[in-house]
Amino acid sequence: MTIDAFETPNLLLALPEIWLLAMACVVLVVDLYSSDRDHGPAFILAQITLLVGIGITMITQWGVDATTFNGSYVADSLAAVLKSAILLLVFLGFAYSRDYMRDRGLLRGEFYMLGLFCVLGMMVTVSAGNLLTLYLGVELMSLCLYALVAFDRDSPTGSEAAMKYFVLGALASGMLLYGMSMLYGVTGTLELSAITQAAAEMDEHRLLFLFGLVFMVVGVAFKFGAVPFHMWVPDVYQGAPTPVTLVIATASKVAAVGLFLRLIGEGLLPLLESWQHMVVILAVLSLILGNTIALVQTNIKRMLAYSTFNHVGFILMGFVAGTPHGFGAATFYAVTYALTVAATFGLIMLLARKGFEADQISDFKGLNERSPLFAFVMLLLMISLTGIPGTVGFYAKWMVLKAVVEAGFVWLAVLAVIGAVVGAFYYLRLVRYCYFDKPEGEGPQPDGSRGFQAVLAVNGLAILWFGIFPGSLVAVCMAAFL
Amino acid sequence: MIEQLIFYVFAAVLLFSATMVISVRNPVHAALFLVLAFFNSAVLWIMAGAEFLGIVLVLVYVGAVMVLFLFVVMMLDINVAKLREGFIRHLYIGIPVAGVMVVQMLLVVGSGVFAPESLPEPAMPIPEGAANTPLLGSVLYTVYMLQFELAAVILLVAIIAAVMLTLRRREGTKHQDPGQQVRVRKEDRLRVVKIPGRRQADRE
Repeated sequence: MTIDAFETPNLLLALPEIWLLAMACVVLVVDLYSSDRDHGPAFILAQITLLVGIGITMITQWGVDATTFNGSYVADSLAAVLKSAILLLVFLGFAYSRDYMRDRGLLRGEFYMLGLFCVLGMMVTVSAGNLLTLYLGVELMSLCLYALVAFDRDSPTGSEAAMKYFVLGALASGMLLYGMSMLYGVTGTLELSAITQAAAEMDEHRLLFLFGLVFMVVGVAFKFGAVPFHMWVPDVYQGAPTPVTLVIATASKVAAVGLFLRLIGEGLLPLLESWQHMVVILAVLSLILGNTIALVQTNIKRMLAYSTFNHVGFILMGFVAGTPHGFGAATFYAVTYALTVAATFGLIMLLARKGFEADQISDFKGLNERSPLFAFVMLLLMISLTGIPGTVGFYAKWMVLKAVVEAGFVWLAVLAVIGAVVGAFYYLRLVRYCYFDKPEGEGPQPDGSRGFQAVLAVNGLAILWFGIFPGSLVAVCMAAFL
Repeated sequence: MIEQLIFYVFAAVLLFSATMVISVRNPVHAALFLVLAFFNSAVLWIMAGAEFLGIVLVLVYVGAVMVLFLFVVMMLDINVAKLREGFIRHLYIGIPVAGVMVVQMLLVVGSGVFAPESLPEPAMPIPEGAANTPLLGSVLYTVYMLQFELAAVILLVAIIAAVMLTLRRREGTKHQDPGQQVRVRKEDRLRVVKIPGRRQADRE
C-alpha cells in the first residue's frame, strides 16, 4: 500500500456515530448544569439519543454497501442490524435501571455518559474496515465497561470485579493487538479488505499469517467470554450493578459478534480451514462447561453468567459453518438471546429494592402470587432460553443447528442439543419457583414505575411475538449477509 | 566512523543508566536515571532516522510521564527497603532466566536473519531526504482522521471515568468554599459587644 491519496470523507455515511458522539457531549454538558437530583434531563436525552440513533442508522446504512474515511469505516446492512440491536439493548438497559440505581444512590449522570460512549465504541467496532479502527472501537467500549463495573465504588465485590475485568481485558487487548501486528507485518496494510485479498493469495508467509490469527482468535474469545477465556465472566456478572451486567451480557455480546465477523469471519474467510478448528474447540468447551457449572449455582446472576457460555457456544457454532447462512444464524441468535437476557435482568431489577438484590434463585419463589403478568414473562423468558418451540429461542437454536449440520458437523449439533436439554433443568427450576412455591418472608415484590413495567412487559411479550412470527427478524438478519 | 562513535557512546550511557534505575537505593535517583535513559534512547532513534519518535519520547515521557513519576515517588511514602528485600533471594532464579534469554537472543540475532542485507526491501521506502514529521502529519489528519478522533474520544472517556471514580464528598474534611467567602457580609462575622468601660462603671 502506498501512502493513500486523501479523499474527502463522506460524513453522511457515518452519521450514526457522529450523532451519538455529539449527543454524548450534549448530555455531558446538560447534566453538569441541571439541578435535578434524579438526573432526569440526562436520562431523557440519552434515551432520545438512542431511539433517534436507531432511525438514523437504518436510514443511512441499511441496504448500503459503501466505505468512507479511506476505507476505515464500512457502512452496510450488517452494520445497520448490529448497531440497531446495540442501541435498542442499551435503551432497555437505561429504561430498567432508574429505580435500581436510585435505591442504591448510584443515580449519577456519568452512568448515562459512559453508557453512550460505550455504545459509540461498539458501533465503531461493528462498522470498522481497518484494523486500527477496530482496535480503537474495542478499547473505547472496554474502557467504558471497566469504569461502569466499578460504578459502585463502595462495593467490595464491584471493585474486585472491575479489577479482574480490567486486568484480563487488558491482556485480551494485548493479544488482539499482537495478532494484528503480525497481520500488518505480513501484508503491509491495515485495511481489512486488502488483508482478505492477501489472505486468499497467501502461500509464502502462511505460517506467520496463522500465528497472527491464533492471537486474534484468543483476543476475540476473551471479549466473548468463551471457555477457556471465561474466567472474568461470573465475577463481573455478579459484582457489577445489575444494569451494567445487562449491558455486558447483551450489547457487548452483539458487538463481539460484529468484531468476530469483521476481523475473522469475513476478514479472514479465505483461512476458514485454519480458524474453523479453533472455533470448534471454543464452542465445544463453552457448551460443556457452561451447562455443568450453571446447574449448581444459587445466585441467579452467576447462573446466567455460566449459562451465557452455553449460548456463546451456540453463536460460535454459527460461525463454524463459515457460510452466509451460518453467519446470519449466529447474528439472529445473538440478537434474540440478548433481547431475552435483557428482559431477565430487567425482572431482577424489578424485584430488587433497597437492601435487597433479588439475585438469589430462591428470591423468585411465589412470583405468580404477587404478579401473574411478570411470572408469565419469566416463564416466556426461561422457555425461550431453553429453546422450546413457541418462543424465539427455538428458532435461533434451530437455525444455528441447521447451518452446522449443513457444514458437516453433525456431532457438534448433537452435543449442542444435549447441552440444551441439560440447560432446561436450571431454567425450568426457576419457573417452578415462580409458579409452584409459596413466597418466603417478604417474598418478591414487583414494584417499579409504570414506564419501567410497560417496557419490561413489551420486551417479554416480544419474545413470544417473535417466536410465533420470526419471519421478519430472520429476514433482516439474513439480508445482512446475502 | 564518527556516527558509530556517537552511537556507542549513547548506547553505553543508556545501558549504564538503565542498570542504575534498578540498582540505586533512592527512588528519586532511579527516576532521574530513567530520564537519562529516555534521553539516550531518543538520540538513538533520531540517529536511526525516526526523529519524530525521538522528539515525542522526550516531550511525552521526559516532559510529562517522568515528572508525574517523580511527584508520585515524592508524595507516596514507599518503603523501598521492603521492596528490595527479595533481591538476593530471587537472584538465583533471575540470573538463569536472564541467561537463557541472552542465549536465545544471541541465537536469533546470530543466525543472520536480521542482517541488513537479508531483510526484504521495504514496501514503502522513505523518500530520500524527507523528514518523517511532515510525512506523518500529512496522513494523521487526513487519511487517519477517524482514528485520530477516536483516540481523542478515548481520552475524554478516561477523564470522565477518572473523575467519576475518584471525586467524592467526604464528611468532615475542612475545605474552603470561595462562593461563601465572597458572599459573606459584615453582620455574619462581626459581633459588636458593648463592654462597659471603667469610667462608665465608676459613674454608676
